[in-house]
Amino acid sequence: MVILEMEKISQEFGGLRAVDGVNLQINEKEIFGVIGPNGAGKTTLFNIITGIYIPIEGNLIFKGQKINRKAPCDIARLGIGRTFQNIRLFNKLSVLDNVRVGCHGVTRSGFWSGMLGLSGNRKEEKLIRERSMELLAMVGLADKLDEYADNLSYGEQRRLEIARALALEPALLLLDEPGAGMNPLEKEELMGLIYQIRDERQLTIILVEHDMNLVMNICERIAVLNYGRKIAEGTPNEVKNNEKVIQSYLGVGA
Amino acid sequence: MFWEQLINGLTLGSSYALIALGYTMVYGIVQLINFAHGEIYMFGAFVGLFLVMAGMNIFIALLGAMIFCMLLGMLVERIAYRPLRGKSSRLSALISAIGVSIFLSTLMALYRGTNTTRYPEILGSTTYQLGSIQISSLQILILLVSAFLMVALQLVIQKTRIGKAMRACSQDLEASSLMGVNVNRTISTTFAIGSALAAAGGVMVGIYYNAVWPYMGMMAGLKAFAAAVLGGIGSVPGAMIGGLTLGVMEIMGIAYFSSSYKDAIAFAILILVLIIRPQGLLGQKISKKV
Amino acid sequence: MDAFLAQNIDAYYLRIMIFIGINIILALGLNLITGVTGQLSMGHAGFMSIGAYTSAILSLQFGSPFFVAILGGALVAAFFGFLIGIPTLRLDGDYLAMVTIGFAEIIRVFFLNFEPGGKAVGLSGIPQHTTFVTVWIIVIVVIILNRQLLYSRVGRSLYAIRENEIAAESCGINTTRMKVLAFTVGSLLGGLGGGLYAHYMYYINPQDFGFMKSIEILNMVVLGGMGSIPGTIVGVVILTLAPEVLRIVAQYRLLFYGALLVILMIFRPNGLLGDVRIYDLKKRWGKKGEKTWSS
Repeated sequence: MVILEMEKISQEFGGLRAVDGVNLQINEKEIFGVIGPNGAGKTTLFNIITGIYIPIEGNLIFKGQKINRKAPCDIARLGIGRTFQNIRLFNKLSVLDNVRVGCHGVTRSGFWSGMLGLSGNRKEEKLIRERSMELLAMVGLADKLDEYADNLSYGEQRRLEIARALALEPALLLLDEPGAGMNPLEKEELMGLIYQIRDERQLTIILVEHDMNLVMNICERIAVLNYGRKIAEGTPNEVKNNEKVIQSYLGVGA
Repeated sequence: MFWEQLINGLTLGSSYALIALGYTMVYGIVQLINFAHGEIYMFGAFVGLFLVMAGMNIFIALLGAMIFCMLLGMLVERIAYRPLRGKSSRLSALISAIGVSIFLSTLMALYRGTNTTRYPEILGSTTYQLGSIQISSLQILILLVSAFLMVALQLVIQKTRIGKAMRACSQDLEASSLMGVNVNRTISTTFAIGSALAAAGGVMVGIYYNAVWPYMGMMAGLKAFAAAVLGGIGSVPGAMIGGLTLGVMEIMGIAYFSSSYKDAIAFAILILVLIIRPQGLLGQKISKKV
Repeated sequence: MDAFLAQNIDAYYLRIMIFIGINIILALGLNLITGVTGQLSMGHAGFMSIGAYTSAILSLQFGSPFFVAILGGALVAAFFGFLIGIPTLRLDGDYLAMVTIGFAEIIRVFFLNFEPGGKAVGLSGIPQHTTFVTVWIIVIVVIILNRQLLYSRVGRSLYAIRENEIAAESCGINTTRMKVLAFTVGSLLGGLGGGLYAHYMYYINPQDFGFMKSIEILNMVVLGGMGSIPGTIVGVVILTLAPEVLRIVAQYRLLFYGALLVILMIFRPNGLLGDVRIYDLKKRWGKKGEKTWSS
């Protein structure tokens, strides 16, 4: 079943077509990769999906619902979570708090129940705490609960961002260069984590990456973007051997 | 009567425009609302006053004020803003700017007292008749000097190397520095030019209204900011248009409505612009890079 | 209780304590907007004046009981906060600073021309209902509620907005709505402080609530520690006492404020207590198994 569909999505910035008529269908529970040279429009695509940019053309359909003009917070609540290319953590908040904020979209305690400490709020807080600890344990940060997010190492910060995105209980998770700056060992662990997330939580994952080893190994299908257009799509093997892709991006011997 | 008010408005508006230019150029390049800019304008007015009282002729006084404020503006940038660039949040830079603003205005207030000082009558003002419209030589002078400065600014920005550097930096600071532009020097220059223009505005307002006082910068600064936003913050022609428009609207408001609310006019316009068209008349919607 | 205090403690000290109390309420309001949510508001005195005038008029013209007057003042201030917040908080943070200055200016000009407010002469004869006890009871309630709010889901979302607004949106936080909420509650506290002020000073006029007042309150929040309740309290205490304790400071107070802001931003942008991390302190002092900041 198709969970996300992009029909002829286009976006322009001051005359430059950053994304040009892209069509994509992402199936439930697949791990889908998006690759391409820098400036190809990959992050812009992510920003469109999460509602930060409104596409000038085309339709964005998530779980059968058109979400073109929805605000980012609403899209998050519908079940699309993401990490960012340049890590966007809440630096002066603790590791635990970062994930707890991630739970915001799926919890309800409002201003009054929070301020007055009503029982509904206290129960929810307990739940939030448990859930957050569970997620932190999954990404291996359980022992760093109270550290400030900007004290973590780079790899740890990336994992924290993933935990935070998962707190939303998304059906679709967008990972923007999750492996950037990681050493080979960390990347191995990351691959394991991505499989684990997908299998345990029944998620669909879209991945933007530059590390071909990572992408080819872990993605079940891949789309290749160049100058805002999709130039190829298919399984890793199909894409690896695609002429256009080799010429514009991969080079021979990828 | 209408034409006289219009000319009045344009005269006042040119001083707003000169100050607004400083705001808009600095904002365009470092995304900082230089709260202290109004105080530079005030210092310009005072330095002009001191020079005139010391016997200099008005043009020398104007030049002297502009040079002094150029240096003052560069000093402020160096001490209060540059240390914060890049590493601190926008909030910190804004607060620092507020600190400078308070410091400078209080400094002058302590030195001169808070009362108004009159500019000595150096220019006898003659009134000319153009058809049924009256215009004074003072107004003509102010309009001409302002126009001259604005044209000079446009030439600098469009035709000189430093102007190109300024334009590049306002588009992308990092890329410019990677391209070999001396970013620090460009930013200093921007502050210098903006401050010089504000000083000119200050001197001319001092002469025109015959009054200077230490807190004149606060009010004028805020109004000029409103003008810059009206025209589109970051846009140089926008600041010019915004300033002139605001001046005219303020004078018309006084003439045809009431003078007790004159200060509120600028702010009302600011709020309206932000509600209806936040990018101002000539500004463009900036998409954030995420 | 008040009679007891009046007999045993010098009136001068009582006065200072009352001012500290009122300033804490004002500063906590601004702290919520600027320190916690990261939206720079430069017109807090405007809300204070709305609260002051509204409550004074309620007392003088309508003979309202003290608490009704104070509450009325606070609610009207909150209303205006809401009104201003909605259009402005959609935009970049820089604009809010300017709009709030403008707003406070409009309010000041309004009251200068407002007949029932006595125009430039102001209002006098406001019943002096504000006492040490009333102020400090209210202060304690405000502190408790504030603290609970900051440790709750809503509070966390406000901090998140300050830290990284785009990331906050991606967590499902409606940032505009939250910012308006913070701004409204902050203005409410501003109005509350204003009402208490009016009923202590017996006399108010528009000059009391000028731009400098907004700066004073901002300094207290910035000095003490942005986003931190104890920090704000420390800032209030220091800056309320300083002009009393140091004559020099009193005379050159504004010069000092201005320089202080710049110096703080360069060397300690998070204020005195903003960077003190409970976690670090605990590590150093070896306290184990205790409740931490994030629990």
